[in-house]
Amino acid sequence: MGQYIIRRLLWAFVMLFLVIAVVFVIFFVLPGGAGHASRGSKYPPLAYIIAGKHPLPGTVAAVVHRLGLDEPLYLQFGKYVGNALKGNFGYSYQTHEAVTHAILRRLPPTIGLAIGASIIWLFLGCAIGVVSALKRRSLLDRASMLFALAGVSMPTFWLGLMAVFFFDARLRIYNTGDYVGLFQNPIGWLKIMWLPWLVLAIVSAAIYTRMVRGNMLDVASEDYIRTARSKGLKERSVIRHELRSALTPVVTMYGLDLGILLGGAIITEHIFNIPGIGAFAVTAIQAQNLPVILGTTVMAAFFIIMANLVVDVVYAFLDPRVAYS
Amino acid sequence: MAQGEVLLEVKDLHVHFPTPDGVVKAVDGLSFTVHRGETFGIVGESGSGKSVTNLTALGLINLKSAHVTGEINFLGRDLLKLDKEELRKVRGKDLAMIFQDPFACLHPFYRVGDQIVEAILCHDDVPKRQATDRTVELLAAVGIPRPRERFRDYPHQYSGGMRQRAMIAMALVHNPALLIADEPTTALDVTVQAQILELIEKVKNDFNIGVILITHDLGVIADVAQTVMVMYAGKGMEIGGRDVLFTNPLHPYTWGLLESIPNVTQKGTRLVPIEGSPPSLINVPPGCPFHPRCPHRFDPCDKEVPELMDRGGGHPEACHLSAEDKKRLWSQRQERRVTVPAAS
Repeated sequence: MGQYIIRRLLWAFVMLFLVIAVVFVIFFVLPGGAGHASRGSKYPPLAYIIAGKHPLPGTVAAVVHRLGLDEPLYLQFGKYVGNALKGNFGYSYQTHEAVTHAILRRLPPTIGLAIGASIIWLFLGCAIGVVSALKRRSLLDRASMLFALAGVSMPTFWLGLMAVFFFDARLRIYNTGDYVGLFQNPIGWLKIMWLPWLVLAIVSAAIYTRMVRGNMLDVASEDYIRTARSKGLKERSVIRHELRSALTPVVTMYGLDLGILLGGAIITEHIFNIPGIGAFAVTAIQAQNLPVILGTTVMAAFFIIMANLVVDVVYAFLDPRVAYS
Repeated sequence: MAQGEVLLEVKDLHVHFPTPDGVVKAVDGLSFTVHRGETFGIVGESGSGKSVTNLTALGLINLKSAHVTGEINFLGRDLLKLDKEELRKVRGKDLAMIFQDPFACLHPFYRVGDQIVEAILCHDDVPKRQATDRTVELLAAVGIPRPRERFRDYPHQYSGGMRQRAMIAMALVHNPALLIADEPTTALDVTVQAQILELIEKVKNDFNIGVILITHDLGVIADVAQTVMVMYAGKGMEIGGRDVLFTNPLHPYTWGLLESIPNVTQKGTRLVPIEGSPPSLINVPPGCPFHPRCPHRFDPCDKEVPELMDRGGGHPEACHLSAEDKKRLWSQRQERRVTVPAAS
């Protein structure tokens, strides 16, 4: 197991390297990217964004030189990777703040959003899924399936805006406003976070509901459940046997979803004005802020890779048939 | 026939499942009796109602979707009249069951030993230690080597034969009066099949219980059953002692089954398949359900349902032919079978 984890971690490095390479290539190759000159100039549009309106003669050239954009691509790439290995992910083109520092500052809101929302959808999805499977074809079951259908059909951007519209503009029980940190003002934080949590959770809760319900129904017709009944187990114990099989795959899905979400919930953060990684990344992309784009992408990739690893390791403990060597 | 105490008496059992396409008559007027110390074999093709009969006895079919009438008297109580909790107390305690596919019958996430311990604790309020010891003892009794270590194994670490042994151990925890084995060897290798049958036989004698052995394999029945019931389309076609059935079969369907078994000892015998296929249980043919496939059908066969009774042949069967006709036809069929040269 230890060897397996080490091997996976080494592969994680390779993956991150590839991610950086792809982002670099996209950034330079894409039309309007740093590899292309602006109309009527030999410098890329990026340089003009940073130099500002009506730059003095020589400013643009100085900007290009300072950012290292006049060097060959492979050299820029090599320098970035070299620095990244030393823990330096560069400085924001706009604010000159160290990217690592800027990301760490924006990580807590994203983590709070991701964990809160995921706990809600995990709980809702499992509870509704299990109950509707046990009460199959009942009114409750049909209602939950309707919820699931509605949930997966509502895109987050629509649901988020509707939520703001109803809870803020109409009902006035929510204030879309400035974000406050959990440790500065816990009550204020909860007041800010509950609605984005719900919005983010609804879609996933719907998906989890369907999955859990489906798993429960599949497992219920397994031979080993018939065995459990035939040996005279009480219905409660039979359900425990069913849950053990039906909920194990949920662990995988939850881990991966959480990993993805930690990379930033772009739309939700944007709608609810939460200064997290997602919002940060969007701003960076709009401003062609390469170090920040790279930093947020690498971090998101890191979370996803780690989530995969954790899920696989946890699975080995949950499913005795899985063994790594 | 074995003459122990009567354990199970099924009387005129009907199990019908209403479906949108019509009523599926999975079991249709079935009666039989199983005694202590007897292995009662039930043979029949897939879909003849073998398994449904026993799942009904255990209350393992969905009663909401089935229409069940008749009686299943077990140790003096009609199982069909028990409520859920009473039935649960019978299941696994006095009436135990093992199934066809041992690969799928154990929960993959729980240790084999724990699954057996659980079977003990759900009927007996004993300390866990005691249940564990009893489990190890039973694992040893069914021939699991190093039972104390294998107790801690998960099902995937067992071979198919061992899993079936573990299932048998699990079935035996409460010294049941009756063990229902539903195709217990079908999923196993031939060599392992023999071991499992031997084990069931040994268990039957050691524990002095009754066994219902459901199978579509006449070879299996020939090895261990004292009494055999042939089922077709949810009905009993013929019931008799094993010798009677193999040396003196009376029903044309049984003849068909026997002729479709390869015989390695007699060179030149031909395999004769039964023409046609089993009827849909929604549209069971009128009269004798077998008549459309029967080469000996005559006047009353498509109108009157033959009763399961002794027509002078020595044991109960459900065929309109007279005992003399049966004797004649069967010997003719046997001669024809041997004299036909092997297919070129």
